[in-house]
Amino acid sequence: MAALGHLSTFGRVTHAVVRGLPESLCQHALRRHKGDEVDFARAEREHQLYVGVLKNKLGLQVVELPADESLPDCVFVEDVAVVCEETALLTRPGAVSRRKEVDMMKGTLENLQLNIVEMTDENATLDGGDVLFTGREFFVGLSKRTNQRGAEILADTFKDYAVSTVPVSDTLHLKSFCSMAGPNLIAIGSSEPAQKALKIMQQMSDHRYDKLTVPDDVAANCVYLNIPNKGHVLLHRAPEEYPESAKVFEKLKDHMLIPVTNTELEKVDGLLTCSSILINKKVDL
Amino acid sequence: MTTEVGSESEVNKQAEQIGSGAAQEKPDEEASESQQNASLEPEEEKRPVSPTASKSPRSQKKEKDPSESRGISRFIPPWLKKQKSYSLVEAKDGVERKEPTEAVVEEPIVEKDESLPEEGRVAKGDAEEILERKRQDVKVDEKDEKHSVSSAETQPAKEDSKEIEVAKVEGIQEDKREGETAKRETKEVQTAELKAAQKVSKKLKTVPCKVMLLDGTEYSCDLEKRATGQVLFDKVCEQLNLLEKDYFGLLFQENDQKSWLDPSKEIKKQVRNLPWIFTFNVKFYPPDPSQLTEDITRYFLCLQLRQDIASGRLPCSFVTHALLGSYTLQAELGDYDPEEHSSDYISEFQFAPNQTKEMEEKVVELHKTHRGLSPAQADSQFLENAKRLSMYGVDLHHAKDSEGVDIKLGVCANGLLIYKDRLRINRFAWPKILKISYKRSNFYIKVRPAELEQFESTIGFKLPNHRAAKRLWKVCVEHHTFYRLVSPEQPPKAKFLTLGSKFRYSGRTQAQTRQASTLIDRPAPYFERTSSKRVSRSLDGAPIGVVDQKEISGPAGDVSVYGPGVAGQGIFQDGDGKREVRSPTKTPQLQFTTEGKAGTEEEETHLEDLDKTQDDILKHQASISELKRHFMESTPEPRPNEWEKRRITPLSQQTQGRKDHLFKMDILPVKEKQQIPAVLIVEEKVQETDKSLEEEITSSLFSKEGFSANTKATFTSTSIRTAEGSVVNYSVPSEMLSSSPFSQLFEKRAPTAEGPCSGANDAVKSSHETLNVVEVKKQAEVGKEERVITEGVNGRDKVPPGSDSGETRKVEPLTHKDSPSLSSENSSSSSSESEEEDVGEYRPHHRVTEGTIREEQEENEEEVEEEKEEQASKVVQCMEAVPEASSVKQITVETVQENVVSQKSSGEKSLKEGDKQDIREETEEEQHKVNGEVSHVDIDVLPEIICCSEPPVVKTEMVTISDASQRTEISTKEVPIVQTETKTITYESPQIDGGAGGDAGTLLTAQTITSESVSTTTTTHITKTVKGGVSETRIEKRIVITGDADIDHDQALAQAIKEAKEQHPDMSVTRVVVHKETGVEEEEE
Repeated sequence: MAALGHLSTFGRVTHAVVRGLPESLCQHALRRHKGDEVDFARAEREHQLYVGVLKNKLGLQVVELPADESLPDCVFVEDVAVVCEETALLTRPGAVSRRKEVDMMKGTLENLQLNIVEMTDENATLDGGDVLFTGREFFVGLSKRTNQRGAEILADTFKDYAVSTVPVSDTLHLKSFCSMAGPNLIAIGSSEPAQKALKIMQQMSDHRYDKLTVPDDVAANCVYLNIPNKGHVLLHRAPEEYPESAKVFEKLKDHMLIPVTNTELEKVDGLLTCSSILINKKVDL
Repeated sequence: MTTEVGSESEVNKQAEQIGSGAAQEKPDEEASESQQNASLEPEEEKRPVSPTASKSPRSQKKEKDPSESRGISRFIPPWLKKQKSYSLVEAKDGVERKEPTEAVVEEPIVEKDESLPEEGRVAKGDAEEILERKRQDVKVDEKDEKHSVSSAETQPAKEDSKEIEVAKVEGIQEDKREGETAKRETKEVQTAELKAAQKVSKKLKTVPCKVMLLDGTEYSCDLEKRATGQVLFDKVCEQLNLLEKDYFGLLFQENDQKSWLDPSKEIKKQVRNLPWIFTFNVKFYPPDPSQLTEDITRYFLCLQLRQDIASGRLPCSFVTHALLGSYTLQAELGDYDPEEHSSDYISEFQFAPNQTKEMEEKVVELHKTHRGLSPAQADSQFLENAKRLSMYGVDLHHAKDSEGVDIKLGVCANGLLIYKDRLRINRFAWPKILKISYKRSNFYIKVRPAELEQFESTIGFKLPNHRAAKRLWKVCVEHHTFYRLVSPEQPPKAKFLTLGSKFRYSGRTQAQTRQASTLIDRPAPYFERTSSKRVSRSLDGAPIGVVDQKEISGPAGDVSVYGPGVAGQGIFQDGDGKREVRSPTKTPQLQFTTEGKAGTEEEETHLEDLDKTQDDILKHQASISELKRHFMESTPEPRPNEWEKRRITPLSQQTQGRKDHLFKMDILPVKEKQQIPAVLIVEEKVQETDKSLEEEITSSLFSKEGFSANTKATFTSTSIRTAEGSVVNYSVPSEMLSSSPFSQLFEKRAPTAEGPCSGANDAVKSSHETLNVVEVKKQAEVGKEERVITEGVNGRDKVPPGSDSGETRKVEPLTHKDSPSLSSENSSSSSSESEEEDVGEYRPHHRVTEGTIREEQEENEEEVEEEKEEQASKVVQCMEAVPEASSVKQITVETVQENVVSQKSSGEKSLKEGDKQDIREETEEEQHKVNGEVSHVDIDVLPEIICCSEPPVVKTEMVTISDASQRTEISTKEVPIVQTETKTITYESPQIDGGAGGDAGTLLTAQTITSESVSTTTTTHITKTVKGGVSETRIEKRIVITGDADIDHDQALAQAIKEAKEQHPDMSVTRVVVHKETGVEEEEE
């Protein structure tokens, strides 16, 4: 069992946890900017496609949690738990309205026999969307949703790894403009805040990451997986949505590219990584 | 400044001793200052008298075999002054030092002959030690005699007394000499260590010393009181059978904190409290333990990490605790055996600070999966996982930021990490850091400006106290040097530059130790893996494998292993085997250092001096004459700094004319060598003068440090100097010398010096010797400082004014230097101990520029531009004129840029190749030219554009920072001018020019790749642009060729170009820029 950050195992995923969309999402989901109303039917369709890719195309064991109408943002499961290797940190989301989302997640992750750590400190807040795990270290965005104390608890939970903080002021989350697109490869948006954050991350890291710069910040949020027999797999935003960014992804020759549409959830600040928690249960020890 | 203080104090001591005899207490540095004035006069007086006396001994020596005399002389001096020193301990140390000096003086030569001091030392250690002891006995007797004599005589007249003492001592010594001489001859190969040991033994004072080893056992031995840290460290490593020892160090408790024992300094100066208790620890965590050569090294690293983990110092997650624990079990217990390993076998082990049953179960579960792994394999797996831990190798220091927030500063291989609680909030990679300094309890880093910023920023941190700040600073200096530099940095050039500690890392760098360990050629040593069981290891009879039987037999009386060990278990290879094994290892080191660094640097110094103009000479004279005043007035002089610089300055280019001198010198007899150092000494003197006031403020170890850095190489260099010096002084009428500025210097000086200054000038010889001694000492690891001092003293006394005109003169000037150097060392060391140094500075980049191991691409790019500046200010390279292979110190930087434009015709390529050839040739020519000269490169054959840019001469003024607090008095006027010459030769094809003009292309992609090989670092920058519909790929390669003299740079360059072509056959080379930078420090110009 290889414990620490072996690059070869980065992105290995066996299980995924997702959650349904409540109808309340359209009206009550938190959003930074008032904009177009969410087409719930379309949103649901997109989400089903997303889950379908994970389950059918990639063969993951997908745990689908039911929606809760009282939790309009509950589809964004990423924010309520950070799972790394065998350990899951249940967060204390920065938005008070989302705190109860954690409960169901807790039971689910316990069932998956992960080591559960709960963030009980009432001064701490942390959204999973602010946590970028590179395989070698964590970057935690300090945003409106995540504070220093939350980051500290994350650092205490994942002691093996360096945890560096990155100020995030212009977007909801750190991962609103970046994500991992492969081992050692950071996808990053072109905006000034995104580039600035990348600089900080580069300065804070002992490692050198390759970067994949895409024109659209939100398109830089993609989902990388390393699936046996399939190799590098990347879920990225569809060319219909972000054609220029899609072109950049298409240059990744070694990746199996899966365009995914996410127009509706994006209206409520939901991006590709937001809707799932990816877990690697090592069956083989 | 420290230096001066030290010297002054010494002087004072002498005077006092002479006058009053016994009970003086060692004056504080401050005290010494106040005393200076008083002390100065007496010294001077003494000196004139002394010459006759002093000379006599030397002449005698010379008559005899050089080797013999040397040996004898060594023994003799220490005794005289030791009497008092012993009784008074520290106060007298200074005195003691001086005496030994004389003896030391001649050592260098001997060692030279020996060629490989360390090896010799190791091999002969046992036998010699025995001899030493015998000698000691004899000496003891001598001591007594001397004491009586000295005390009696001293009182009447200070001046006279000293002389008398010397004479008597010599007489006594002579008798013994003969006896000893015989012995010595048998063992000509004695190493510095042995000698040092002898001295030590003479005193008979030993201090019991305990070292906690990583396996929990205790190693104890008796160390001579004046032993350096290195002596102990080597003993421990030998005990452990550890060859790759550069990663390790000894810790001692200092107040609440642990500090690293400086190997180059005496233990007693660092460790204030008895008993001496140390902990053997990993000091530099190898980033990739798999690159260690020996399993035994990995084993000790494992032990360290287990401690770190179990104590919580190295945090890890539950899972990692379990995994690492399971590898520990596998390594120590072997395969899991259900019968043997009952349910609770594991509870004896401690894997984590808070170990739970659950964790233990997990450990057992994982242990079962490791079946078949050998202990060494299990250790390797352990390390592979441990090294990934984020806090692996991070040395944490508590501090506060500018706003008073508690943070931690983590020093590691890559740079400086800033933590708040457990979060990393900032990081400064070494290449980003321009300067590290501390002042009182503040620690500062000066950071390279970020991309769009114009100004460097300085970031300050507040440490709990001054000691902590200094400790952090030292750790930073050491880490930077170890991980980032090819070879240790020279000590700071000028004192004014640095107010404060001149501390530098003097050990081997990682690069050096790796290279050295590749030469380890011994069968894997057997060692017992002791149990890391939680239950008191020692009590339950856990095997303590470390009893070294050799040790016991040899020097070894001292060595004993405490603890419940099973003595039989630790089985190291037998002594002989070890030694043999060792020798190869060390040999390479020696070569490395010697040829590369030491020789070169020192040589250069001399050479430069020779070239100096009249002005310089005048200056020197002035400085000398001023020396006196300085002594009296303790007014710092600026000039000395420059001298210092020169001294320190690594190889500069040598003029051919200089070469000639060198050759001549070589021819000169060996004896002369000792005197040669004179030049150096003179410089030192000057320095002293300057320092006097400032010393307190600044501790300048630099002379010391420099030597240490060179330590091994030193001998070589020394000899070389000697040769030069000999030439100058030797035969020779000053007119002869006239060709070389030096000679003039000497002449002029001589008169001056002899007169009033004589005192100051004292022992020229000694100075040289001092230098040598210092180096020797390092090798020997016995208290170098002390010796040095001694020499200085002796020199003064002994040097007869003008008896042998040439030699005498030489001696005198040298003496001055010596004394300062000596004093500086002493003072610095003392100050460091006392933590008097409020300030310390370190500029990682000076060296970094060239010597640095480059890893970071971005920074590299930045560096390219900045290199010029940096180099100009500080890096001195000699690529060119180094006639002797040995001379070239280390690093030659050649930058080759290739701009490859795709779509070029193949025909062009061929042309380019031709060009390249030409270029190569040109390069060679260039190299041969002297620094500043503009070299025109004309390549007629091809239509290329050749640009030769005159090397920019950068004059740097050093700004003296006076500590606002108290030392206002000290004003530094010195404006050191460092001239750096940079040559840039550009070969480019005409095509590019056209293209370059309108480059309005659109950048498609840019990529930077860095690769490293032994001697070259290649940074490839690939840019793809679109211009007018045509896509163009440009590959810019920046190749830094670094290496010792024996690297053929031209060849390396050619090879690089060739490789570039091979890698991109479809592209053509359009531009080659060879950038050579040479720094020469010369005042006049």
